[in-house]
Amino acid sequence: MISILWRPSGRYLIRRVVQSLILILILIIVNFLLIHLAPGDPVHLLAGQSGDEKYYEFIRAKFGLNQPLTTQLWIYLSSVVCGDLGYSLAYQQSVASVIITRIPATLLLTISAVFVSSIVGVVLGVEAARRENSLIDRSINALALVGYSVPSFSVGHLLLIVFALRLGLFPAQNFSSSTQELTGFRYGLDVLSHLVLPVTTLAVVYVAQIMRLTRTSMLNVLRENFVIAARAKGLSEGRVVYGHALRNALLPIVTVVGHDFGMLLSGAVLVETVFAWPGLGRLMLDALAMRDYPVLMGLFLMISVSVILVNFIVDMTYSALDPRIRYGQIIK
Amino acid sequence: MKHKTLEKRAPVNTRSLTGWRTFKGRRTLLAAVALLALFVFSAVFADQIAPHNPHSTSDYSLRPPSAEYPFGTDDLGRDIFSGVIHGARVSIAIGVTVAVLSGLIGVLIGLTAGYAGGLIDDLLMRLTELFLVPPRFFLALVIAALFGSTFSTLIVVLSVTYWPTTARLVRAEVMSLKERSFVEAAHAMGASPARILFRTILPNALPIIITNLVLMVGGVILVEAALEFIGIGDSNYISWGYMLHNGEHFIRDAWWVMFFPALAVSLLVLALNTVGDALNRALDPKARIANLDQPT
Repeated sequence: MISILWRPSGRYLIRRVVQSLILILILIIVNFLLIHLAPGDPVHLLAGQSGDEKYYEFIRAKFGLNQPLTTQLWIYLSSVVCGDLGYSLAYQQSVASVIITRIPATLLLTISAVFVSSIVGVVLGVEAARRENSLIDRSINALALVGYSVPSFSVGHLLLIVFALRLGLFPAQNFSSSTQELTGFRYGLDVLSHLVLPVTTLAVVYVAQIMRLTRTSMLNVLRENFVIAARAKGLSEGRVVYGHALRNALLPIVTVVGHDFGMLLSGAVLVETVFAWPGLGRLMLDALAMRDYPVLMGLFLMISVSVILVNFIVDMTYSALDPRIRYGQIIK
Repeated sequence: MKHKTLEKRAPVNTRSLTGWRTFKGRRTLLAAVALLALFVFSAVFADQIAPHNPHSTSDYSLRPPSAEYPFGTDDLGRDIFSGVIHGARVSIAIGVTVAVLSGLIGVLIGLTAGYAGGLIDDLLMRLTELFLVPPRFFLALVIAALFGSTFSTLIVVLSVTYWPTTARLVRAEVMSLKERSFVEAAHAMGASPARILFRTILPNALPIIITNLVLMVGGVILVEAALEFIGIGDSNYISWGYMLHNGEHFIRDAWWVMFFPALAVSLLVLALNTVGDALNRALDPKARIANLDQPT
């Protein structure tokens, strides 16, 4: 289906590519300026606080810290573009490789959370919209409001105390059990049991958000003529709602959820803190605690760039799904 | 001076009047407003209400809730009840300051972009998009790490990241309002653009701006608590986020150290969201700001 529809307008595509590249460039410059505007010697931010004068000299020469700012910016830009984000003394590795080893854990956590919350949120939203202003609708709405208001880490702590510490149903911390050597299916099961509580925690906020969006979107779509036509054809109510109406209501949901990728990652940091999940968030906090600035700045840059990339992909998918906006303005 | 009297008749937003009727007689809403009033009261009179100094330590470490210490004590024997009362001060102060600051920037930029249109609008909107890119939580975290985490840096960083949402909303509202006939009438009577913007358009856009700000305060309070929770914050003040950060070590043995600050954050934000949600619904039954602002 998508491949038939997928004839992206060249102009729109080029425009978005150029726009994203400019944004990335500006972000790298902002990162550079932050390092230089911060109080103290920038060499500490690029090399960490080892106190090793020889290493500082090496870094000063490498980044041209004795040269004019524009030259320094050029050196910084070209090294970042080549994937050189600096060297982490704490991990004795390049920043890029430290970050890469942590990506899978965060991806597993966030993708599972989005998957779970999309299903739960959409079903709750649709059912609420079908029974507008009923008791069920109002209870679902109230629950969503609570989900929005409770800090995600507090939800995590609550789940941790009840299901891990008191009931002992799920492990409290980490990615997998370190005490046993497991392989294959048993290992997968072990990781899954570690995944349950963090994913539930992260999903709470998302269920609330997706539910509210779905409800609003469905309320609009359910009043449209094609829904009345589908009912008039004698289709079952389930097919009308989930087959016809939901398909049209999904587009705005996909965009908003996709554009909130940064929020998802912020949530992941907090959840990873609570459950000692060995992902990017945990890495960021460790870097913060150890004043490992190269890792901190590298992570910030990588996260911002990934937000731009995800926004780009969402816009492209959206324009593929809805031909009307292909030649139009950027999605507001 | 004829146009002045005419202009005064520029329509009062009728939506807000019908809205007020739905506003009344709602018990949950009244409860939320009462709760908000309670939090504001304890923030203002924290020194008078709190039975102990929230900073002062005692020998009674990690005591469960009792008559002397209603919410128990933490590891250093500090009274958690007093900490929760003083914490309201930090949360509300930061939430309101950021909302007001970013609201001012957002309203000015949104008004200009929406009214001027053309190149100015284009430029301002590209600028807005740029500020929306770096996730605010990470930006605040990095800046606090580099520049030190005082409340003033936190307020500046959060204001800088929050204004784009308001700017977009105001712009959209201005663009629809400026086509309305009462604005055209003001034009025809020769009112200056500044007068039209601030006397005719702005009052009509005010309800949606206020709703947005109320919802924003809740979001800011959550981000601030989250930052304090991961250890970034001003150590000169007792805040809910700091108490949560500190309490995490005792999660196995002393639930009360974390429970009461977490309850306080949740209740305050819930009350704000309930009021914001009701305002939002009063403005437009289709719920314009369908997407609440929750950053964590």
